[in-house]
Amino acid sequence: MLGISAKCYHPGMVDSAAVSHSEPVVPATTVSSRHSGVVRVTHWITTLCFVALFVTGMEIVISHPRFYWGESGNIWTKPLFRIPIPSSRESIPNGFSYQWPDQNGWSRYLHFQAAWVLVLVGLLYIVNGLVTRHFRKDLVPAEGNASWRALPKAIAEHLRFKRPTEAETGSYNVLQRLTYLAVIFVLFPAEIWTGLAMSPAFVSAFPFVVDVLGGQQSARTLHFFIAWSLMLFVVVHVVMVCRTGFKRNMRGMISGVERP
Amino acid sequence: MSDLSRRKLIRTGLAVTAGIAGVAAADRIAKAYGLIPPDSGGIYGLGETLTYASQRLLTRHSMAREFLRSQISKRPVQNSLAPPPDAFKKLQAGGFADWRLTIDGMVERPTSFSLPQLRSYPTHSQITQIACEEGWSYIAEWIGVPLSQVLGAVGVHPQARYVVYRSIEPFWWDSIDMADALHPQTFLAYGMNGGELPVPSGGPLRLRVPRQLGYKSVKFITRMTLTDSLKGFGKGLGASAPEFGYSWYAGI
Repeated sequence: MLGISAKCYHPGMVDSAAVSHSEPVVPATTVSSRHSGVVRVTHWITTLCFVALFVTGMEIVISHPRFYWGESGNIWTKPLFRIPIPSSRESIPNGFSYQWPDQNGWSRYLHFQAAWVLVLVGLLYIVNGLVTRHFRKDLVPAEGNASWRALPKAIAEHLRFKRPTEAETGSYNVLQRLTYLAVIFVLFPAEIWTGLAMSPAFVSAFPFVVDVLGGQQSARTLHFFIAWSLMLFVVVHVVMVCRTGFKRNMRGMISGVERP
Repeated sequence: MSDLSRRKLIRTGLAVTAGIAGVAAADRIAKAYGLIPPDSGGIYGLGETLTYASQRLLTRHSMAREFLRSQISKRPVQNSLAPPPDAFKKLQAGGFADWRLTIDGMVERPTSFSLPQLRSYPTHSQITQIACEEGWSYIAEWIGVPLSQVLGAVGVHPQARYVVYRSIEPFWWDSIDMADALHPQTFLAYGMNGGELPVPSGGPLRLRVPRQLGYKSVKFITRMTLTDSLKGFGKGLGASAPEFGYSWYAGI
């Protein structure tokens, strides 16, 4: 264990170190596992679910591209804002004569199915991350580049589009860590919360879920903005994956092996 | 084979076996407690069943949120309707004096109720929100008789599991399970915001199911059938909505 410096530490290395107590770990030359099996499988299922949820979510929005704040809102009430696009329903006063075909049926079916899979897979990921101490080891800010003190430098380097050195790609820097933690523990839970707050049956049993948000329409508006926040994360995430070695990163998340 | 891989193999094997046994047990329990929706077949059956089963377990006796009179929407949304069928126009011309709600199927006394007969039951009201699957919503006071009282009067057979209800508009029908049918907020609504139920809002008679989205609150209802199976109705999916691609259960 002592042979591994903090800089070239790979999340998967601890596993191999833990099982071969008798033999010293030789970094660099060994084939190291970048991401554990659970992380890789849950990552791709989540990706699939997120795409399905985002596409169907925006499809549902098209049937009423107006947003409100408070308990109720409709064509007779003042919107908080509206999206200037044609609707899939004739009842929307938006000035367009074109009407999209109604796709809400399958969109709603798929939205909730994908939501279930994402929640169940997400729970598996969270439990796994706690049990294997993945969050504590790899995502909670730590030493060096991963420390809170390194945050201003990390932000400055990202703003200058500076590519990380080879040594820096082995472990997440503090900006990555905080971003992943925010996505996992703030944005996704908030998206699930605001989604449930729109369910008339769910809030009949748990009214506080919608009451703390100020009403069902507030929940819908928040749900929309959190969805776009998650999309913003996905875009930046994919750009960073491409810029820091697309092939190597993809290999790490698919086979788990970063350097063959 | 190393210790680790053997341990891993055994653990994986146990997990898979437990998983299969768990799913099989869950399926049997779900069927026994009526937690499988009629549109559980097909590619979206998994999500639909999970939603219906979990919401049924969580919400069996929960009450839809009620609001203050001051929160009632100034103008209820009256979404556009297809031109009413001739049968409706004829009844409307007669001031709905001949409107009937027929309740049949698994009941002791199949009955045809006139509107005055329904009004003779003690009047109830609720101020609840109606939310459309499109995303909009409004709050209104709904006046009527709880469906449970009328079902009590006709005597429902214990084996009945669903109430199938039909609109005078052809091809518009739906169904709810007994948990929703006997729920105290499920109304046969004939009034709204202190007055008669206007025709664009579903008058003279609309079912109001406030724990589900608006499309379960079918307008212009003329017939209810108690049944233990939805197989014989339409395509057997429990409502006309699933035949157009929408889910039968609309609690979310």
